[in-house]
Amino acid sequence: MRSTKHMLATSRLLACALVAGASAIAAAPAAATVTHASDTTSSSRSAARTSGDASDAYRAYIASIQNGEPAATASYAATKVKKIPAFARKYGLRCSACHTVWPELNSFGQQFRDNGYQMQNERDTPIAQSNGYIPLTLRVTPQFHLERATKQLVDATPGDPESGQAERTLTSHGFDLSGIDIWTAGTLWKNVSFVVLLSGDNLGSFGFEAMHIRFDNLGNTPWLNLKVGKFELDNLISEKRFLFLSDNGGSYQTYHFEAPGSNVDFGLGDNQIGAELSGHSLNSYTRYSAALLTSSDGDPGSENFSSYDANVNFSQAFDGGKMGVERIGAYAYLGNRPTNYQTVDGEEVPGTGSNRKMFYRAGLAGDFFLHRLEFLPLFMHANDNAYLASDTPNNTPLLAGARDASWNGGFLETHYYINQQLVLLQRVETVRMHQQAFSDTPSTLGNVDAYSFGTRWYPFMFSRAGLAVHGEYSLVKTVSPGQLPSDGSTVNIWTSSLLFAFDFDF
Amino acid sequence: MSRVAREIASIAILGVLVVVAFTDASAQAMHGLPLEGRGADTTPNRRVGRPSVGKEEYKRYCAGCHGDRGDGQGENTQWIDPKPRDFTQAVFKCRSTPSGTLPVDQDVINTIRRGIVNSNMPQWRPLPAQMQADLLSYIKTFSPRWTAEKPGTPVVIPVETPVTTESILRGREMFQKFECWKCHGTEGRGDGPSAAALTDSKDQPIHPFDFTTGTRFKCGTTNADLYRIFMTGLDGTPMASFADNIKGDQGWDLVHYLRTLQPLRTPESTLWKTWLATHAAELKPIGPGTGGR
Repeated sequence: MRSTKHMLATSRLLACALVAGASAIAAAPAAATVTHASDTTSSSRSAARTSGDASDAYRAYIASIQNGEPAATASYAATKVKKIPAFARKYGLRCSACHTVWPELNSFGQQFRDNGYQMQNERDTPIAQSNGYIPLTLRVTPQFHLERATKQLVDATPGDPESGQAERTLTSHGFDLSGIDIWTAGTLWKNVSFVVLLSGDNLGSFGFEAMHIRFDNLGNTPWLNLKVGKFELDNLISEKRFLFLSDNGGSYQTYHFEAPGSNVDFGLGDNQIGAELSGHSLNSYTRYSAALLTSSDGDPGSENFSSYDANVNFSQAFDGGKMGVERIGAYAYLGNRPTNYQTVDGEEVPGTGSNRKMFYRAGLAGDFFLHRLEFLPLFMHANDNAYLASDTPNNTPLLAGARDASWNGGFLETHYYINQQLVLLQRVETVRMHQQAFSDTPSTLGNVDAYSFGTRWYPFMFSRAGLAVHGEYSLVKTVSPGQLPSDGSTVNIWTSSLLFAFDFDF
Repeated sequence: MSRVAREIASIAILGVLVVVAFTDASAQAMHGLPLEGRGADTTPNRRVGRPSVGKEEYKRYCAGCHGDRGDGQGENTQWIDPKPRDFTQAVFKCRSTPSGTLPVDQDVINTIRRGIVNSNMPQWRPLPAQMQADLLSYIKTFSPRWTAEKPGTPVVIPVETPVTTESILRGREMFQKFECWKCHGTEGRGDGPSAAALTDSKDQPIHPFDFTTGTRFKCGTTNADLYRIFMTGLDGTPMASFADNIKGDQGWDLVHYLRTLQPLRTPESTLWKTWLATHAAELKPIGPGTGGR
């Protein structure tokens, strides 16, 4: 049952502790799978994992520190490919035409994407291109990184499990690889576009991070576009196009936060599977999207088939004169997860989930420019139904005192563009539990504070390929259970990442 | 599902429906025009450009094709057809001013916004108005013409005449009389007998506009845009100005006829199809040695 998830996570994560080096990085997603998946389907779900699933790695990371375990580490470098030099090659534009600095989109890049990767100059379809043109790109990030986590429970005497446990600060560092993303995207015909993104971790295990077809400008209006497949949610602040790469800084804590004890496996930054109806004004200043999604957090072949989530987004941009384009938006994700399954010999049958319970994430976000200074604020309020929050099957009585879990989170990310080839980054982020699933749970348990800063330098800028020299430091404080969870105490666990990388794509 | 969640969902879905309904109505009003040409608004941009800022933005958006020196020799030029504009010559296709004169600022701003169909010049609609003005101010630094000359006086476009069969027929006669077919072809396909040999002012091959694709025009979308092209010509191309030959309402006649060559549901094409159904035999073919109607 799900109540064993932390025990399972503990054993898996201890097995791939930092001392295992690179193997720990690859093992993190699998461990996370067990953490929040039905035990009976863990193997199939693990097989479907890719390095591109930020929530998986995040779950491993957060589960480990909440349980006082050594944090498995991984760089997110290769999971963020959303910059396609293939488009630059196709249209003869520099990367900077569509990106503030790649991979973050600017307003023109947003419009290009909204148009279904079309410039709409009658040169978009494959028949208008040279036969030799193939819309293919890849991105990798060789790197050096250092990971540190405080108050990790390890054997008091290394190699002697009978020696008891002691808290130690664990540090690992070394040269590493990021994995690879291989992406093809473009148009099949006028107003028919596609994306296929094959993502591999640094051990060569591949999965589909994105795969969709999009019918653009239905009815000859930009307000109706239909996308089907696996895709990124239409988040105003994209986690797939952002500029942080390290283990601790490489995902938004707010997007992937899970309340202590909850079994909701969802990350707002994760690509999801479903259908999305979207639209935009001609300059993409006004945008909306509404998506119907399988309740699987983007995992194909999930046991949560026959259950659907919904996501809606709306944003409006304004011409800010000398300041730039200013955008503000709202979003809401309404999900549900089954609490019971049909079983065969006690094993859950995928797709038969029932007695679904709801959770939601909703909030506001913005993208504001003060000339060279960009602010990206986001606020989220989240709620998990009591059954989900307490991990209680619906065919059993709700545990005494169980109630909805809710929390608030947000961040403020800032970019300062010294010029078009050099950017300074910082992000401050916080998540605060508003209500625990059980009143006797310490009110601060699970709270997260994070700070990241870094820089990216793009030595050259043209329309064929891209290289960024990346430096980043990220620090995260998580309120975790104390060494004796039964006494209700908590400890602050600090984890940090230092990353130097060469981030390139071609 | 909590009450709050239900309310959020209801409001969001309602909002989407309202937006779609409203904007679809707007789209219907534009029916008949290619989607790609819409929104290339001509809202006056009176902002004062800043060349120093424009230089940075030019590097970001323009230099790859137009070159760091504005000479049309960017890193992509070798792959591009037609070749990018050479700003050092200050010769612009899309103007509201007479042939041979400099365009007014708004002409260049409009080109930045709508791009150039069948070329690599995108539609830079999302760029803030100030940035467009900054880019223009920097583009002007590439040629001394901008300091030595003043822009021409914009051509006045008269009020459009009613779309009638007679107007279309007169336009067809003008298409024959002014030998438009020599370049644009007898059916407007851009395949006239002179088409293959056409070159621009830099001796690069250039293709006449093909009306039958239904795309927007090089310099606009509307009937007025097409009228303006007759009057100003497209400098740097073989498309000359007909300002000395076409007077007043004659221009609208030609516009109305050219609209019938496009596979769009326009008032002109609807009227023309109806007339052709019973009168096609009355028409003489367009081409050498014939007289149009």
